Amino acid sequence: MNVLGIETSCDETAAAVVADGRHVRSNAIASQIALHRSHGGVVPELAARGHLTAIVPVVEAALTGAGIGRDGVDAVAVTDGPGLAGSLLVGVNAAKGFAYALGKPLLPVNHLEAHLYANWLVDGNRARESDDPPAFPAVCLLVSGGHTELILMTGHGAYRHLGGTLDDAAGEAFDKGARWLGLGYPGGPAIERAARDGDPARFPLPRAWLGGDEEFGFSFSGLKTALRRLTDPYRLPDPPPAPSTGPFPEHRPPLFRPDLPVADLAASYQDAVIDVLATKTVRAAFAQGARTVLLAGGVAANAALRARLGAEMDRHSETGRVPPIPVRWPPPALCTDNAAMVAAAAFFGRDPVGPPAWDLDVHPRHPLGSR
Amino acid sequence: MPTALTLTTTTPDQTRVVGAALGRLVPPRTVILLHGDLGAGKTTLAQGIAQGLGVPGPVQSPTFTLANEHDGIRDGAPIRLYHLDLYRLAGEGDLDGVGWDAYLAAADGVTVVEWPERAGSALPEAYWLVRLEDTGDGGRRLTFSEVPSVARSAPWLATLASEVAGFPARRSDSEG
Repeated sequence: MNVLGIETSCDETAAAVVADGRHVRSNAIASQIALHRSHGGVVPELAARGHLTAIVPVVEAALTGAGIGRDGVDAVAVTDGPGLAGSLLVGVNAAKGFAYALGKPLLPVNHLEAHLYANWLVDGNRARESDDPPAFPAVCLLVSGGHTELILMTGHGAYRHLGGTLDDAAGEAFDKGARWLGLGYPGGPAIERAARDGDPARFPLPRAWLGGDEEFGFSFSGLKTALRRLTDPYRLPDPPPAPSTGPFPEHRPPLFRPDLPVADLAASYQDAVIDVLATKTVRAAFAQGARTVLLAGGVAANAALRARLGAEMDRHSETGRVPPIPVRWPPPALCTDNAAMVAAAAFFGRDPVGPPAWDLDVHPRHPLGSR
Repeated sequence: MPTALTLTTTTPDQTRVVGAALGRLVPPRTVILLHGDLGAGKTTLAQGIAQGLGVPGPVQSPTFTLANEHDGIRDGAPIRLYHLDLYRLAGEGDLDGVGWDAYLAAADGVTVVEWPERAGSALPEAYWLVRLEDTGDGGRRLTFSEVPSVARSAPWLATLASEVAGFPARRSDSEG
Protein backbone atom coordinates (compact mmCIF):
# COMPACT_ATOMS: atom_id res chain seq x y z
CA MET A 1 0.00 0.00 0.00
CA ASN A 2 1.49 3.33 -1.10
CA VAL A 3 0.77 6.34 1.09
CA LEU A 4 1.55 9.82 -0.19
CA GLY A 5 2.58 11.94 2.81
CA ILE A 6 2.48 15.74 2.93
CA GLU A 7 4.10 17.88 5.62
CA THR A 8 4.08 21.69 5.90
CA SER A 9 3.87 22.36 9.63
CA CYS A 10 6.90 24.62 9.89
CA ASP A 11 9.62 25.61 7.44
CA GLU A 12 9.98 22.52 5.22
CA THR A 13 7.62 21.76 2.35
CA ALA A 14 7.75 17.97 2.05
CA ALA A 15 6.07 15.12 0.21
CA ALA A 16 6.98 11.43 0.17
CA VAL A 17 5.72 8.04 -0.92
CA VAL A 18 6.08 5.20 1.59
CA ALA A 19 5.10 1.58 0.94
CA ASP A 20 3.46 -0.37 3.77
CA GLY A 21 4.48 2.18 6.36
CA ARG A 22 8.17 1.29 6.19
CA HIS A 23 9.77 1.50 2.78
CA VAL A 24 10.68 5.00 1.62
CA ARG A 25 10.00 5.12 -2.13
CA SER A 26 10.68 8.83 -2.37
CA ASN A 27 11.27 11.71 0.03
CA ALA A 28 11.12 15.21 -1.45
CA ILE A 29 11.85 18.28 0.67
CA ALA A 30 12.02 21.95 -0.26
CA SER A 31 13.73 23.63 2.65
CA GLN A 32 13.09 27.24 3.55
CA ILE A 33 16.11 27.48 5.82
CA ALA A 34 17.80 29.93 3.46
CA LEU A 35 14.64 32.03 3.42
CA HIS A 36 14.52 32.27 7.21
CA ARG A 37 18.24 32.37 8.00
CA SER A 38 18.45 36.15 7.90
CA HIS A 39 15.71 36.32 10.53
CA GLY A 40 17.25 33.79 12.94
CA GLY A 41 14.00 31.87 13.02
CA VAL A 42 10.88 30.92 11.16
CA VAL A 43 8.68 33.79 10.06
CA PRO A 44 5.11 32.52 9.72
CA GLU A 45 3.86 34.63 6.85
CA LEU A 46 7.03 34.01 4.83
CA ALA A 47 6.74 30.30 5.59
CA ALA A 48 3.12 30.05 4.41
CA ARG A 49 3.96 31.83 1.16
CA GLY A 50 6.98 29.57 0.67
CA HIS A 51 4.84 26.46 1.13
CA LEU A 52 2.31 27.72 -1.37
CA THR A 53 4.96 28.09 -4.07
CA ALA A 54 6.65 24.77 -3.34
CA ILE A 55 3.81 22.37 -2.57
CA VAL A 56 2.75 21.24 -6.06
CA PRO A 57 6.29 20.78 -7.47
CA VAL A 58 7.30 18.90 -4.31
CA VAL A 59 4.36 16.48 -4.56
CA GLU A 60 5.12 15.94 -8.26
CA ALA A 61 8.76 15.25 -7.36
CA ALA A 62 7.69 12.70 -4.75
CA LEU A 63 5.48 10.85 -7.26
CA THR A 64 8.15 10.91 -9.97
CA GLY A 65 10.83 9.80 -7.49
CA ALA A 66 8.70 6.86 -6.39
CA GLY A 67 8.21 5.82 -10.00
CA ILE A 68 4.46 5.70 -9.56
CA GLY A 69 1.76 7.65 -11.31
CA ARG A 70 -1.08 9.33 -9.50
CA ASP A 71 -3.13 6.14 -9.66
CA GLY A 72 -0.39 4.35 -7.73
CA VAL A 73 -1.32 6.31 -4.62
CA ASP A 74 -3.60 4.40 -2.21
CA ALA A 75 -4.08 7.13 0.42
CA VAL A 76 -3.00 10.71 1.14
CA ALA A 77 -1.68 11.54 4.63
CA VAL A 78 -1.12 15.06 5.90
CA THR A 79 0.09 16.79 9.08
CA ASP A 80 -2.81 18.75 10.61
CA GLY A 81 -0.94 19.93 13.73
CA PRO A 82 0.78 21.04 15.80
CA GLY A 83 2.55 23.78 13.87
CA LEU A 84 2.08 27.22 12.39
CA ALA A 85 -1.57 27.66 11.36
CA GLY A 86 -0.86 29.35 8.01
CA SER A 87 1.70 26.72 7.08
CA LEU A 88 -0.47 23.77 8.11
CA LEU A 89 -3.34 25.13 6.03
CA VAL A 90 -1.30 24.95 2.83
CA GLY A 91 -0.51 21.26 3.34
CA VAL A 92 -3.99 20.28 4.52
CA ASN A 93 -5.71 21.97 1.61
CA ALA A 94 -3.26 20.55 -0.93
CA ALA A 95 -3.80 17.08 0.54
CA LYS A 96 -7.57 17.50 0.35
CA GLY A 97 -7.24 18.47 -3.28
CA PHE A 98 -5.03 15.52 -4.19
CA ALA A 99 -7.14 13.01 -2.24
CA TYR A 100 -10.35 14.31 -3.76
CA ALA A 101 -8.97 14.30 -7.28
CA LEU A 102 -7.58 10.77 -6.85
CA GLY A 103 -10.66 9.46 -5.05
CA LYS A 104 -8.49 8.14 -2.20
CA PRO A 105 -8.76 8.41 1.61
CA LEU A 106 -7.39 11.50 3.36
CA LEU A 107 -5.58 10.66 6.61
CA PRO A 108 -4.75 13.38 9.16
CA VAL A 109 -1.55 12.85 11.16
CA ASN A 110 -0.22 14.46 14.33
CA HIS A 111 3.23 15.93 13.67
CA LEU A 112 4.70 14.63 16.95
CA GLU A 113 3.41 11.12 16.25
CA ALA A 114 4.94 11.34 12.78
CA HIS A 115 8.36 12.10 14.27
CA LEU A 116 8.20 8.92 16.37
CA TYR A 117 7.29 6.87 13.28
CA ALA A 118 10.44 8.00 11.50
CA ASN A 119 11.97 5.10 13.47
CA TRP A 120 9.90 2.62 11.46
CA LEU A 121 11.25 3.80 8.11
CA VAL A 122 13.86 1.96 6.10
CA ASP A 123 15.39 3.29 2.93
CA GLY A 124 14.53 1.45 -0.27
CA ASN A 125 12.39 -1.60 -0.80
CA ARG A 126 14.23 -4.38 0.99
CA ALA A 127 14.38 -4.59 4.78
CA ARG A 128 17.56 -6.01 6.26
CA GLU A 129 17.53 -8.13 9.41
CA SER A 130 18.57 -5.14 11.51
CA ASP A 131 15.54 -3.36 10.16
CA ASP A 132 13.05 -5.14 12.41
CA PRO A 133 10.42 -2.71 13.58
CA PRO A 134 11.04 -1.21 17.05
CA ALA A 135 9.76 -3.40 19.90
CA PHE A 136 7.12 -2.15 22.33
CA PRO A 137 7.06 -0.80 24.95
CA ALA A 138 9.29 1.99 23.67
CA VAL A 139 10.44 5.08 25.54
CA CYS A 140 10.74 7.91 23.03
CA LEU A 141 12.65 11.14 23.40
CA LEU A 142 11.15 13.66 21.01
CA VAL A 143 13.40 16.71 20.72
CA SER A 144 12.98 19.51 18.20
CA GLY A 145 12.74 23.27 17.90
CA GLY A 146 9.30 23.33 19.42
CA HIS A 147 9.16 20.16 21.50
CA THR A 148 10.97 18.27 24.20
CA GLU A 149 8.89 15.29 25.32
CA LEU A 150 9.45 11.89 26.87
CA ILE A 151 6.75 9.54 25.65
CA LEU A 152 5.96 5.92 26.46
CA MET A 153 4.64 4.07 23.45
CA THR A 154 2.95 0.78 24.36
CA GLY A 155 1.66 -0.01 20.88
CA HIS A 156 0.71 1.63 17.59
CA GLY A 157 -1.14 4.84 18.40
CA ALA A 158 -0.94 4.18 22.19
CA TYR A 159 0.97 6.90 24.02
CA ARG A 160 1.57 8.03 27.55
CA HIS A 161 3.22 11.37 28.27
CA LEU A 162 6.00 10.84 30.81
CA GLY A 163 7.29 14.41 30.89
CA GLY A 164 8.01 17.45 28.81
CA THR A 165 9.60 20.84 28.95
CA LEU A 166 8.28 23.31 31.51
CA ASP A 167 9.58 26.29 29.56
CA ASP A 168 11.91 26.19 26.54
CA ALA A 169 12.27 23.26 24.14
CA ALA A 170 15.79 21.84 23.69
CA GLY A 171 15.91 23.02 20.08
CA GLU A 172 14.82 26.46 21.20
CA ALA A 173 17.60 26.50 23.80
CA PHE A 174 20.05 25.69 20.98
CA ASP A 175 18.55 28.38 18.71
CA LYS A 176 18.73 31.07 21.37
CA GLY A 177 22.20 30.07 22.56
CA ALA A 178 23.49 30.03 18.98
CA ARG A 179 21.96 33.41 18.28
CA TRP A 180 23.55 34.88 21.41
CA LEU A 181 26.96 33.55 20.38
CA GLY A 182 26.46 34.74 16.79
CA LEU A 183 26.58 31.20 15.38
CA GLY A 184 23.55 31.38 13.10
CA TYR A 185 20.37 29.42 12.42
CA PRO A 186 19.33 26.66 12.86
CA GLY A 187 21.03 26.67 16.25
CA GLY A 188 21.44 22.93 16.94
CA PRO A 189 23.79 22.11 14.06
CA ALA A 190 25.55 25.50 14.52
CA ILE A 191 26.27 24.78 18.20
CA GLU A 192 27.34 21.23 17.39
CA ARG A 193 29.82 22.47 14.76
CA ALA A 194 31.22 25.15 17.04
CA ALA A 195 31.45 22.68 19.94
CA ARG A 196 33.55 20.18 18.03
CA ASP A 197 36.90 21.66 19.13
CA GLY A 198 35.61 22.88 22.47
CA ASP A 199 36.05 21.66 26.03
CA PRO A 200 32.60 20.75 27.45
CA ALA A 201 33.97 20.80 31.01
CA ARG A 202 35.41 24.31 30.89
CA PHE A 203 32.26 26.14 31.92
CA PRO A 204 29.98 24.51 34.48
CA LEU A 205 26.46 25.34 33.30
CA PRO A 206 23.38 24.50 35.36
CA ARG A 207 21.34 21.31 34.85
CA ALA A 208 17.71 21.42 35.94
CA TRP A 209 17.15 17.88 37.24
CA LEU A 210 13.77 18.78 38.75
CA GLY A 211 12.12 16.03 40.79
CA GLY A 212 8.89 14.79 42.27
CA ASP A 213 6.15 15.00 39.66
CA GLU A 214 8.66 16.37 37.19
CA GLU A 215 11.08 13.46 37.42
CA PHE A 216 10.90 13.24 33.63
CA GLY A 217 10.31 16.94 33.00
CA PHE A 218 12.79 19.40 31.53
CA SER A 219 13.66 23.05 32.02
CA PHE A 220 16.17 24.88 29.85
CA SER A 221 15.32 28.51 30.54
CA GLY A 222 17.99 28.96 33.23
CA LEU A 223 20.64 27.98 30.74
CA LYS A 224 20.22 31.13 28.65
CA THR A 225 20.84 33.34 31.67
CA ALA A 226 23.89 31.34 32.65
CA LEU A 227 25.32 31.59 29.13
CA ARG A 228 24.70 35.32 29.06
CA ARG A 229 26.56 35.76 32.36
CA LEU A 230 29.53 33.73 31.14
CA THR A 231 29.84 35.96 28.09
CA ASP A 232 29.47 39.25 29.98
CA PRO A 233 33.22 39.76 30.56
CA TYR A 234 33.79 39.58 26.79
CA ARG A 235 31.01 41.97 25.79
CA LEU A 236 31.79 45.13 23.88
CA PRO A 237 29.67 48.22 24.33
CA ASP A 238 26.51 48.11 22.23
CA PRO A 239 26.63 50.35 19.18
CA PRO A 240 24.30 53.36 19.28
CA PRO A 241 20.77 52.07 18.68
CA ALA A 242 19.29 52.35 15.22
CA PRO A 243 16.46 54.86 14.90
CA SER A 244 13.51 52.96 16.29
CA THR A 245 9.96 53.10 15.02
CA GLY A 246 8.54 52.15 18.41
CA PRO A 247 9.02 53.08 22.05
CA PHE A 248 11.69 50.42 22.60
CA PRO A 249 15.24 50.33 21.32
CA GLU A 250 15.75 47.76 18.55
CA HIS A 251 17.10 44.52 19.91
CA ARG A 252 20.59 43.86 18.51
CA PRO A 253 22.70 40.75 18.91
CA PRO A 254 25.55 41.44 21.35
CA LEU A 255 29.08 42.25 20.19
CA PHE A 256 31.99 40.37 21.76
CA ARG A 257 35.75 40.69 21.91
CA PRO A 258 37.51 38.37 19.45
CA ASP A 259 38.91 36.27 22.32
CA LEU A 260 35.40 35.03 23.26
CA PRO A 261 35.95 31.28 23.83
CA VAL A 262 33.17 30.31 21.42
CA ALA A 263 34.15 26.64 21.04
CA ASP A 264 34.33 26.01 24.81
CA LEU A 265 31.12 27.94 25.43
CA ALA A 266 29.27 26.04 22.69
CA ALA A 267 30.63 22.70 23.96
CA SER A 268 29.69 23.45 27.58
CA TYR A 269 26.24 24.69 26.56
CA GLN A 270 25.57 21.66 24.37
CA ASP A 271 26.78 19.36 27.13
CA ALA A 272 24.38 20.89 29.65
CA VAL A 273 21.44 20.22 27.32
CA ILE A 274 22.31 16.69 26.23
CA ASP A 275 23.39 15.61 29.71
CA VAL A 276 19.87 16.10 31.08
CA LEU A 277 18.20 14.69 27.95
CA ALA A 278 20.29 11.51 27.95
CA THR A 279 20.18 10.89 31.69
CA LYS A 280 16.42 11.28 32.00
CA THR A 281 15.73 9.19 28.90
CA VAL A 282 17.79 6.28 30.20
CA ARG A 283 16.18 6.53 33.65
CA ALA A 284 12.72 6.55 32.09
CA ALA A 285 13.56 3.57 29.88
CA PHE A 286 14.57 1.39 32.82
CA ALA A 287 11.73 2.67 35.02
CA GLN A 288 9.18 1.76 32.34
CA GLY A 289 10.70 -1.58 31.41
CA ALA A 290 11.18 -0.41 27.83
CA ARG A 291 12.40 -2.81 25.16
CA THR A 292 13.52 0.01 22.87
CA VAL A 293 14.60 3.62 23.24
CA LEU A 294 13.65 5.79 20.29
CA LEU A 295 15.07 9.20 19.45
CA ALA A 296 13.05 11.49 17.25
CA GLY A 297 12.89 15.09 16.09
CA GLY A 298 15.49 17.42 14.65
CA VAL A 299 17.74 17.40 17.72
CA ALA A 300 17.96 13.58 17.38
CA ALA A 301 20.38 14.29 14.52
CA ASN A 302 22.85 15.66 17.08
CA ALA A 303 25.75 13.18 17.18
CA ALA A 304 26.83 14.27 20.65
CA LEU A 305 23.36 13.47 22.02
CA ARG A 306 23.45 10.02 20.44
CA ALA A 307 26.89 9.31 21.83
CA ARG A 308 25.92 10.50 25.31
CA LEU A 309 22.76 8.42 25.27
CA GLY A 310 24.77 5.32 24.34
CA ALA A 311 27.34 6.01 27.06
CA GLU A 312 24.67 6.67 29.66
CA MET A 313 22.88 3.46 28.69
CA ASP A 314 26.12 1.45 29.10
CA ARG A 315 26.89 3.09 32.44
CA HIS A 316 23.38 2.43 33.79
CA SER A 317 23.47 -1.11 32.52
CA GLU A 318 26.84 -1.86 34.16
CA THR A 319 26.03 -0.35 37.55
CA GLY A 320 22.58 -1.95 37.66
CA ARG A 321 23.81 -5.27 36.16
CA VAL A 322 20.95 -5.18 33.66
CA PRO A 323 21.22 -5.63 29.91
CA PRO A 324 21.33 -2.37 27.96
CA ILE A 325 18.19 -1.39 26.08
CA PRO A 326 18.74 -0.89 22.35
CA VAL A 327 18.70 2.77 21.31
CA ARG A 328 17.49 3.65 17.80
CA TRP A 329 17.27 6.79 15.83
CA PRO A 330 16.27 7.63 12.26
CA PRO A 331 18.85 8.61 9.63
CA PRO A 332 19.56 12.38 9.85
CA ALA A 333 17.38 13.20 6.83
CA LEU A 334 14.39 11.62 8.57
CA CYS A 335 15.03 13.28 11.96
CA THR A 336 14.16 16.74 10.73
CA ASP A 337 10.73 17.49 9.30
CA ASN A 338 9.87 15.24 6.36
CA ALA A 339 6.80 13.65 4.82
CA ALA A 340 7.92 10.01 4.85
CA MET A 341 7.33 9.92 8.61
CA VAL A 342 3.83 11.32 8.04
CA ALA A 343 3.03 8.53 5.60
CA ALA A 344 4.40 5.92 8.04
CA ALA A 345 2.36 7.22 10.97
CA ALA A 346 -0.75 7.23 8.81
CA PHE A 347 -0.20 3.62 7.76
CA PHE A 348 0.25 2.27 11.30
CA GLY A 349 -2.05 4.57 13.19
CA ARG A 350 -5.20 4.75 11.10
CA ASP A 351 -7.92 2.74 9.57
CA PRO A 352 -6.97 3.30 5.94
CA VAL A 353 -10.50 2.70 4.63
CA GLY A 354 -12.11 5.28 6.91
CA PRO A 355 -14.30 7.99 5.40
CA PRO A 356 -12.46 10.90 3.81
CA ALA A 357 -12.11 13.78 6.28
CA TRP A 358 -13.12 16.57 3.93
CA ASP A 359 -13.95 18.85 6.85
CA LEU A 360 -10.40 18.45 8.20
CA ASP A 361 -9.14 21.63 9.86
CA VAL A 362 -5.69 22.53 11.20
CA HIS A 363 -4.80 22.19 14.90
CA PRO A 364 -1.84 24.46 15.64
CA ARG A 365 -1.44 23.19 19.23
CA HIS A 366 -2.49 19.56 18.80
CA PRO A 367 -1.16 17.46 21.70
CA LEU A 368 -0.10 13.88 21.05
CA GLY A 369 -2.86 11.27 21.19
CA SER A 370 -5.65 13.85 21.30
CA ARG A 371 -7.53 12.69 18.26
CA MET B 1 1.70 58.67 44.42
CA PRO B 2 3.78 56.40 42.24
CA THR B 3 3.55 56.12 38.48
CA ALA B 4 6.01 53.24 38.43
CA LEU B 5 6.76 50.38 40.77
CA THR B 6 10.06 48.55 40.98
CA LEU B 7 10.31 45.14 42.62
CA THR B 8 13.37 43.00 43.07
CA THR B 9 13.01 39.23 43.16
CA THR B 10 15.79 36.84 44.06
CA THR B 11 14.49 33.55 42.58
CA PRO B 12 12.36 32.45 39.60
CA ASP B 13 9.70 31.32 42.09
CA GLN B 14 9.51 34.84 43.51
CA THR B 15 9.16 36.21 39.99
CA ARG B 16 6.26 33.78 39.51
CA VAL B 17 4.67 34.97 42.77
CA VAL B 18 4.80 38.57 41.50
CA GLY B 19 3.36 37.43 38.18
CA ALA B 20 0.53 35.61 39.95
CA ALA B 21 -0.36 38.78 41.87
CA LEU B 22 -0.42 40.67 38.59
CA GLY B 23 -2.56 37.94 37.01
CA ARG B 24 -5.10 38.20 39.82
CA LEU B 25 -5.64 41.93 39.39
CA VAL B 26 -5.29 42.57 35.65
CA PRO B 27 -8.62 43.34 33.95
CA PRO B 28 -9.61 41.68 30.65
CA ARG B 29 -8.64 43.50 27.43
CA THR B 30 -5.32 44.51 28.97
CA VAL B 31 -2.15 44.11 26.94
CA ILE B 32 0.94 43.49 29.08
CA LEU B 33 4.32 43.94 27.38
CA LEU B 34 7.33 42.16 28.87
CA HIS B 35 10.52 43.89 27.83
CA GLY B 36 13.87 42.39 28.72
CA ASP B 37 16.95 40.68 27.31
CA LEU B 38 17.45 36.96 26.67
CA GLY B 39 17.04 35.13 30.00
CA ALA B 40 15.68 38.15 31.85
CA GLY B 41 12.71 36.17 33.16
CA LYS B 42 9.91 37.08 30.73
CA THR B 43 8.52 33.57 30.36
CA THR B 44 8.86 33.02 34.12
CA LEU B 45 6.80 36.14 34.83
CA ALA B 46 4.26 35.03 32.20
CA GLN B 47 3.98 31.66 33.98
CA GLY B 48 3.10 33.57 37.15
CA ILE B 49 0.52 35.69 35.35
CA ALA B 50 -1.02 32.47 34.02
CA GLN B 51 -1.20 31.13 37.55
CA GLY B 52 -2.99 34.31 38.70
CA LEU B 53 -5.46 33.89 35.84
CA GLY B 54 -6.20 30.35 36.99
CA VAL B 55 -4.60 28.61 34.01
CA PRO B 56 -3.98 24.94 34.84
CA GLY B 57 -0.93 23.11 33.57
CA PRO B 58 2.43 24.26 32.29
CA VAL B 59 2.90 27.46 30.32
CA GLN B 60 5.77 26.86 27.93
CA SER B 61 7.71 29.41 25.96
CA PRO B 62 5.69 30.35 22.86
CA THR B 63 8.81 31.12 20.82
CA PHE B 64 8.20 28.26 18.39
CA THR B 65 4.47 28.70 17.92
CA LEU B 66 4.56 32.53 18.35
CA ALA B 67 1.24 32.53 20.18
CA ASN B 68 -0.20 30.16 22.77
CA GLU B 69 -3.74 30.41 24.08
CA HIS B 70 -4.64 29.20 27.56
CA ASP B 71 -8.01 28.94 29.28
CA GLY B 72 -8.11 30.08 32.88
CA ILE B 73 -10.79 30.49 35.51
CA ARG B 74 -10.50 33.50 37.79
CA ASP B 75 -13.03 34.25 40.52
CA GLY B 76 -15.28 31.59 39.02
CA ALA B 77 -15.36 33.20 35.56
CA PRO B 78 -13.55 31.98 32.45
CA ILE B 79 -10.70 34.19 31.22
CA ARG B 80 -8.13 33.52 28.51
CA LEU B 81 -4.43 34.16 28.40
CA TYR B 82 -2.99 35.01 25.01
CA HIS B 83 0.76 34.48 25.37
CA LEU B 84 2.71 35.91 22.45
CA ASP B 85 6.42 35.86 21.73
CA LEU B 86 7.66 38.04 18.88
CA TYR B 87 11.28 36.85 19.22
CA ARG B 88 11.32 35.18 15.80
CA LEU B 89 9.89 38.13 13.94
CA ALA B 90 12.13 40.35 11.87
CA GLY B 91 9.89 43.38 12.24
CA GLU B 92 6.38 44.67 12.28
CA GLY B 93 5.86 43.62 8.66
CA ASP B 94 5.67 40.02 9.91
CA LEU B 95 2.89 40.73 12.41
CA ASP B 96 0.06 39.97 10.00
CA GLY B 97 1.03 36.31 10.03
CA VAL B 98 0.59 36.19 13.82
CA GLY B 99 -2.93 37.60 13.96
CA TRP B 100 -1.57 40.57 15.92
CA ASP B 101 -4.58 42.87 15.62
CA ALA B 102 -6.95 40.16 16.84
CA TYR B 103 -4.85 39.49 19.93
CA LEU B 104 -4.66 43.19 20.80
CA ALA B 105 -8.44 43.46 20.57
CA ALA B 106 -9.19 40.27 22.54
CA ALA B 107 -12.07 41.06 24.87
CA ASP B 108 -12.22 37.72 26.65
CA GLY B 109 -8.78 37.76 28.16
CA VAL B 110 -5.37 39.21 28.78
CA THR B 111 -2.64 39.42 26.15
CA VAL B 112 0.95 39.03 27.33
CA VAL B 113 3.66 39.87 24.78
CA GLU B 114 7.33 38.91 25.01
CA TRP B 115 9.87 40.75 22.81
CA PRO B 116 7.43 43.63 22.07
CA GLU B 117 10.21 45.68 20.43
CA ARG B 118 9.78 43.50 17.32
CA ALA B 119 6.34 45.05 16.85
CA GLY B 120 7.91 48.43 16.08
CA SER B 121 5.25 51.07 15.75
CA ALA B 122 2.41 48.54 15.68
CA LEU B 123 2.08 48.54 19.47
CA PRO B 124 -1.32 49.36 20.94
CA GLU B 125 -2.00 52.87 22.21
CA ALA B 126 -2.44 51.70 25.79
CA TYR B 127 -0.65 48.91 27.61
CA TRP B 128 0.93 47.86 30.86
CA LEU B 129 4.69 47.57 30.69
CA VAL B 130 7.05 45.39 32.69
CA ARG B 131 10.77 45.94 32.18
CA LEU B 132 12.87 43.00 33.38
CA GLU B 133 16.57 43.28 34.15
CA ASP B 134 19.13 40.88 35.55
CA THR B 135 20.60 42.44 38.69
CA GLY B 136 23.83 40.49 38.17
CA ASP B 137 23.63 38.56 41.46
CA GLY B 138 20.89 36.13 40.43
CA GLY B 139 18.05 38.56 41.08
CA ARG B 140 15.69 40.32 38.72
CA ARG B 141 14.55 43.93 38.78
CA LEU B 142 10.95 44.28 37.57
CA THR B 143 9.67 47.75 36.78
CA PHE B 144 5.92 48.12 36.26
CA SER B 145 4.29 51.10 34.59
CA GLU B 146 1.38 52.02 32.39
CA VAL B 147 1.41 53.62 28.96
CA PRO B 148 0.26 56.26 28.24
CA SER B 149 1.63 57.30 31.58
CA VAL B 150 -1.12 58.40 33.89
CA ALA B 151 -1.00 61.80 35.54
CA ARG B 152 -1.93 60.34 38.88
CA SER B 153 -1.10 56.90 40.18
CA ALA B 154 -2.42 53.86 38.39
CA PRO B 155 -4.36 52.11 41.17
CA TRP B 156 -3.13 48.67 40.12
CA LEU B 157 0.45 49.66 40.92
CA ALA B 158 -0.51 50.34 44.53
CA THR B 159 -2.51 47.10 44.70
CA LEU B 160 0.38 45.12 43.28
CA ALA B 161 2.79 46.72 45.74
CA SER B 162 0.63 45.73 48.71
CA GLU B 163 0.07 42.20 47.33
CA VAL B 164 3.79 41.48 47.20
CA ALA B 165 4.79 43.54 50.22
CA GLY B 166 7.38 40.91 51.16
CA PHE B 167 9.73 41.76 48.31
CA PRO B 168 12.13 44.68 48.21
CA ALA B 169 10.08 47.33 46.46
CA ARG B 170 10.76 50.83 45.30
CA ARG B 171 8.12 53.24 44.13
CA SER B 172 9.08 55.98 41.85
CA ASP B 173 7.54 59.13 40.53
CA SER B 174 10.22 59.73 38.00
CA GLU B 175 9.66 56.69 35.83
CA GLY B 176 6.84 55.47 33.63
